[in-house]
Amino acid sequence: MTAAGIIFSNLHDKNIADLTRIRTMASVPFGCRYRLVDFPLSNMVNSGITNVLVITHYNYLSLMEHIGSGKDWDLARRSGGIRILSPYITAYANYENRLYNTHLEALLSMQHTVSTLTEDYVVLSDCDGICNIDFADMIAAHERNGADLTMAVKRVRVTPETAERYIIVESDESGAMTEVLVHPNVYPTGEVDVNLNIWVVNREYLQSSVMNAQAYGFSSFSRDILQRNVGRNRFYVYRFDGYYASIDSLSDYYNHSMELVSNESVRRDLFNNPDRPILTKVRNSPPTQHKAKASVINSMIADGCVIEGTVENSILFRGVKIGKGSVVRNSILFMDSYVGENVFLNCVIADKHVLFHDGIMLSGHSTLPFYVEKGKAL
Amino acid sequence: MFKRKECVAMLLAGGQGSRLYALTEKTAKPAVPFGGKYRIIDFPLSNCVNSGIDTVGVLTQYQPLVLNEYIGNGQPWDLDRSTGGVMVLPPYQGKNGAAWYKGTANAIYQNMNFIKRYDPEYVLILSGDHIYKMDYSEMIRYHKAHASECTIAVIDVPLSEASRFGIMDTEEDGRIVRFEEKPKHPKSTQASMGIYLFDRELLADYLQRDEETPGSQNDFGKNVIPRILADGIRMYAYRFSGYWKDVGTIKSLWDANMDLLGDKPVYDLSDQDFRVYSRTPALPPQFIGAGSVVHNSIISEGNNIYGTVENSVLFSGVTVEAGATVRNSVVMQGCVIERDAVVQYAILDAEVTVENGAVIGEEAEDGTPEIAVLGGGIHVDAGDRIKAGEILNAAEYRKRKAEGGERK
Repeated sequence: MTAAGIIFSNLHDKNIADLTRIRTMASVPFGCRYRLVDFPLSNMVNSGITNVLVITHYNYLSLMEHIGSGKDWDLARRSGGIRILSPYITAYANYENRLYNTHLEALLSMQHTVSTLTEDYVVLSDCDGICNIDFADMIAAHERNGADLTMAVKRVRVTPETAERYIIVESDESGAMTEVLVHPNVYPTGEVDVNLNIWVVNREYLQSSVMNAQAYGFSSFSRDILQRNVGRNRFYVYRFDGYYASIDSLSDYYNHSMELVSNESVRRDLFNNPDRPILTKVRNSPPTQHKAKASVINSMIADGCVIEGTVENSILFRGVKIGKGSVVRNSILFMDSYVGENVFLNCVIADKHVLFHDGIMLSGHSTLPFYVEKGKAL
Repeated sequence: MFKRKECVAMLLAGGQGSRLYALTEKTAKPAVPFGGKYRIIDFPLSNCVNSGIDTVGVLTQYQPLVLNEYIGNGQPWDLDRSTGGVMVLPPYQGKNGAAWYKGTANAIYQNMNFIKRYDPEYVLILSGDHIYKMDYSEMIRYHKAHASECTIAVIDVPLSEASRFGIMDTEEDGRIVRFEEKPKHPKSTQASMGIYLFDRELLADYLQRDEETPGSQNDFGKNVIPRILADGIRMYAYRFSGYWKDVGTIKSLWDANMDLLGDKPVYDLSDQDFRVYSRTPALPPQFIGAGSVVHNSIISEGNNIYGTVENSVLFSGVTVEAGATVRNSVVMQGCVIERDAVVQYAILDAEVTVENGAVIGEEAEDGTPEIAVLGGGIHVDAGDRIKAGEILNAAEYRKRKAEGGERK
């Protein structure tokens, strides 16, 4: 079996408008040294997928800088490797210039590249979900079922109020999909399988679906392909029971980040499988120095930090400096943030290169973390 | 045809480093880990890159596996070039038979063909056992400015230690008038750093002559340099001031690691203008647990700290369990310090496990600690005790266990 990967980098940008103002969802920093795209990308590489397309939309400078040649994922290849597909805009043909908002529109705009794929299967993934999933196992299940499309699902409890957030799928005992409900506004309370925006599709099925979409003017993968064909084509679900965090809002982002320090099983699930490491761009920082007066507890810290103050329940990205007498609690500080002396931070998310001058005090609340934008000096 | 290079660096990395005992049993000295994420060879290699030298031959001989694997295609140092880059040069079999590298000079002699391919004007000879940051391009500029044919980097050492080094006597302008290898009564304090810059023609000439001299030890310091000096060739000493540390002994390796600690470290790795590059493993960030105490230490990626760590350098993937203490020690990659174990004044090589309650090393009483050393992969049983200054490899530890000695 051979498989190619397609990663959608922008589709959920509006979920966390603060963090995506200057970057794609794919390049949102997460977990000290990663970007969200590292998760689907590493999952693909760890499952032997070496031909990966990343479809992007706008704001993709940070994404391109992060991925570079792809060598950190062993994707700088003579054949295959990683390709970033940016929007194809011409000066004349107006209809070509539409920017896409959905999976299907994104695929349509890259129809030519999609049509050149020759692998047996295509794995499609978004960047709003954080998980360590074995695609090889998912593809094996797909093959066993002789499926056209297999959707990764997770069992969650929904209430009439929360059901609207999800694409809910129902399936029979064999895992064959029987019903697809797209963001239903009425649904009884109960345990259901929800779509994780991770799909394995037969390559030919995908190519013909995209061609049909072009011909019929379809624009929604879930409505126009899944709902129309459920029961007619071979659609299956693949239950994923590992850790899965969906980033739907800034508070989701904050809470899931905090799970990394509060819950050991989350760290284990995401990071401690030696056969499925999460790979990321190597920055070659020196190791972190904890100075004599430093006091760090219950925190996750990247390389290149220099800590002279107190850090509790926090996440420090690479190159963060914490000055003497400063206290950082329940906070997330992105790359190269500089915290001076006697600063107090609580429930703060500081974007890259934020400077906290001596004596600053700033506190958000765990239900409403305070976000400081990139490069701000306080 | 190869594109011409101004300077080719040759890095002597074949040494056994026998004074590091258990640490160099399976690896050559330049591959010995240092400073939390580096290996010794990262320092001269990074210096080359930071000095604009992009062609480096690495001469290997003793236990080259780890070193070869580490250098790989040179990508971490940006030395994966289409011409030049880093090249591992092991001894080889030629038409007239095969020979090991007989000495430092012979190692270069056997690889003159590698140097000639790039037709360089200068050849820089480096060794793989020092920790320092140095801009070699400054040395090349100095070499040119003095119309020197052979330039040796020197550093001021205390007079009391001068007899351990090759000592230069120079005129005011830096011209070398005398060179003594490990003199009993040193006449100056300018010690050779083992960094030589040669005009290529001169080097080729003298290596050829050295090769033809019967009884020569084929060594730069002992044979080649004295001979060039005796012939009245223009030789200059390039003075270097800054951090430079030979890490050829257990104590000096431990000292150099300790130099990285402190609020104002003697040697600061976080200097962004002159970076040290290394091959970085893909590991999750460090996690410092709720009950942990970490003071004055270097902590690396993949570490899980639940116990106490003080004045120590921890390499990647180390676990310190709750109740365990690591103090004044160097703990290399993948070690596990289990509950209530104590590691103090010790160097643990990679993948050592210290079981519950075992005690490695002892507190130094008079301020000159004796460092305990455990070789790679040792599994220290619960409750065991390793004395100050003890040096054990895995086989010796097993033997000791079999004899039932030292059991608490």
